[in-house]
Amino acid sequence: MCALAKTSTAKSSSKSVPKAPKTPKPIDYDKQQELNAYREMLLIRRFEEKAGQLYGMGFIGGFCHLYIGQEAVVTGMQAALIEGDQAITAYRDHGHMLACGMDPKGIMAELTGREGGYSRGKGGSMHMFSKEKNFYGGHGIVGAQVSLGTGLAFNNKYTENGNVSCTYFGDGASNQGQVYESFNMAKLWDLPVIYIIENNRYAMGTAVHRSSALTDFSKRGCSFNIPGIEVDGMDVRAVQAAGELAADWCRSGHGPIILDMQTYRYRGHSMSDPAKYRSKDEVQKMRAENDPIERVKARMAEKKWADEDELKAIDKEVRAIVAEAADFAQTNPEPDPSELWTDILIPTDGEAA
Amino acid sequence: MATEILMPALSPTMEEGTLAKWLVKEGDNIAAGDVIAEIETDKATMEVEAVDEGIVAKLSVEAGTEGVKVNAVIAVLADEGESAEDAAAAPSKTKPADAGKTTSVKPEADEVADGALDGDMADRRVPAEGKVRPEPKAAARMSDPDIPEGTEMVSTTVREALRDAMAEEMRADERVFVMGEEVAEYQGAYKITQGLLDEFGGKRVIDTPITEHGFAGIGVGAAMAGLRPVIEFMTFNFAMQAIDQIVNSAAKTLYMSGGQMGAPMVFRGPNGAAARVGAQHSQCYAAWYGHIPGLKVIAPYGAADAKGLLKAAIRDPNPVVFLENEIMYGQSFDVPKMDDFVLPIGKARIHKQGADVTFVTFGIGMKYAIEAATELDGMGIDVEIIDLRTIRPMDIETVVESVKKTNRCITIEEGFPQSGIGAEISAQIMENAFDYLDAPVIRITGKDVPMPYAANLEKLALPNVGEIIEAAKAVTYK
Repeated sequence: MCALAKTSTAKSSSKSVPKAPKTPKPIDYDKQQELNAYREMLLIRRFEEKAGQLYGMGFIGGFCHLYIGQEAVVTGMQAALIEGDQAITAYRDHGHMLACGMDPKGIMAELTGREGGYSRGKGGSMHMFSKEKNFYGGHGIVGAQVSLGTGLAFNNKYTENGNVSCTYFGDGASNQGQVYESFNMAKLWDLPVIYIIENNRYAMGTAVHRSSALTDFSKRGCSFNIPGIEVDGMDVRAVQAAGELAADWCRSGHGPIILDMQTYRYRGHSMSDPAKYRSKDEVQKMRAENDPIERVKARMAEKKWADEDELKAIDKEVRAIVAEAADFAQTNPEPDPSELWTDILIPTDGEAA
Repeated sequence: MATEILMPALSPTMEEGTLAKWLVKEGDNIAAGDVIAEIETDKATMEVEAVDEGIVAKLSVEAGTEGVKVNAVIAVLADEGESAEDAAAAPSKTKPADAGKTTSVKPEADEVADGALDGDMADRRVPAEGKVRPEPKAAARMSDPDIPEGTEMVSTTVREALRDAMAEEMRADERVFVMGEEVAEYQGAYKITQGLLDEFGGKRVIDTPITEHGFAGIGVGAAMAGLRPVIEFMTFNFAMQAIDQIVNSAAKTLYMSGGQMGAPMVFRGPNGAAARVGAQHSQCYAAWYGHIPGLKVIAPYGAADAKGLLKAAIRDPNPVVFLENEIMYGQSFDVPKMDDFVLPIGKARIHKQGADVTFVTFGIGMKYAIEAATELDGMGIDVEIIDLRTIRPMDIETVVESVKKTNRCITIEEGFPQSGIGAEISAQIMENAFDYLDAPVIRITGKDVPMPYAANLEKLALPNVGEIIEAAKAVTYK
């Protein structure tokens, strides 16, 4: 982690220089928190497994990027936020939408390109939004969401709404130029944005050490005096603790902060990726030793909180939600052909057609 | 032999300026590099350095003189051994002075190359008769909201009109802010945002680092969240760094979100060729942005359209690309003095009615069209001129109606020919007025080459009045 320079700019030297944050200890979850996290992460996992199935059956077309393995990141982050805080990410976005509270039916129906989808079938897996849930997409161009998320934070500061923008991107996007353009302006103007780097170790098929000269992503803000902390992205409690610290940092007016979320994706980059760039043993080891959902179960067993019936009830509820979403997504009609021509421009008065 | 010192040009498009102050007097002995005078444009005060040494024999232009033409003799130097009196009287060799240093602002060398210190001057390439022809008022009202009888018309530069539009909309809507390079403290690289920082403060008039991709994306994000950004690109040439955010994020989000959120914002700045700035700074992007569903694209010609359409663009709930032209910034036109002068986006204007051939153009293309039409009038060819004003949505109906009347069409633009605006109009006329055509549509465009630097080559690369006249004669078989 880089230390904050004492007098980097006239602006920041005029206020008290905050102490550089350090990785906080994981939150000591009570039973209910463990159960909530378990349910949330399980919903994402079962949803993604079902999406994978539907893709195999031909119900989902094009690209489909699954979030399996990374569930703790978005689950822990969302638990750290308040009403009105925004989230924005790239195309591995299903988990983020579920964590933001979007309806699984609407998400799955968008994956199958149906009229009941969040974008009425016009966006697909990579392009989904919910104004109501403050989810700003769903973006298909690697790195573009970082500037956009910084713009959400610009709005927060401009309107003084007290909210923070959670801007997610991967280790691959971290090498895009506009990320650093955004870092610079975010710090220059002290915008309330949490840059969450979901380091799942592979940018598509390129391992981090083959793509990045500096693989400690918490240091990526050093040139801009943006602090960063490393977070165990496979432990939902650690993520929430870091998320709370980061949100507090932003809301206190200190500007942006980077969270280097060390996580792992179990599946390929997309459905068509056989993942030959890594060994099965590597994946197996991660699943066996670090799975975020299994870690909740293990903790509950250790504390003798594990009530098999309680966990089973959650499993059953989640399966039912996912089954209902899948059923809806398969039976819901495709969009009306007239939808081709809607939502291109918002109509205005006094304008030629 | 005496040496003449000439009025220097401070920017690619400057034609004249004010000789504010002499720092030497007749009889002074000066060396190369000495600061001898200060000259002013509406944007900067610059120091003039002597290039040669000698005795100042004569100051030909008095301090305080306005409108001194570039290359006019401003002083005469006597060479060694020559008396000042002889030098002042004798025929002389000429040496331009060197304007390099500023006093009130500090231009970088590349900003001068960008034309960023443009004096408020007329175009060098189009031999206009000193000033722009007055707008034919009756025609101007054909598709625009009525301007009440007796409305005062105020002569306004395009530059002022654009600034006024932004200022009025910023007064009316707290969500509107302006962001870009040098828009605040520098008062705009081309002085379009002059005075906005003073009135609206640093929160709403924001200087960015030189980082087009980043600040365009930040603007789109802010718009998605509910603000109304006006993003200024110092020129649209630099917006290619940001085109992904304009096309992939701003234009497509409304569709991709099923109408939930979009990007109500304006991307604006000078587009197209300035003068003598070479290939990377001289390109028209009308066809590029005109290609994209989800964008509106505006390219005004005069000051009234610049104002009325920029106000409309800022209010529009969609992303609008607003293409200005550096050469037009300093030109004056009548603008109606009204509390809220807003023009409709998507409507062409018939600038001049005519019977024999239709010219379709936009932006600076209007200058070529107007001049050619004037000459053709003398040859007995009556031209109808359509100023598209909006590139997207394009008012094809007005074009088609005109072609049905004149049966001939010539398109005029500075952009490249292939897949250009003229190509689109040709195709539209084929589809919608084929049976009315008495001659093929002719496209007058910039040539299919990168813009050259040499003055003669640049002139060849741009459209010219002569080729428009030839085309008009060809389609009317005269």
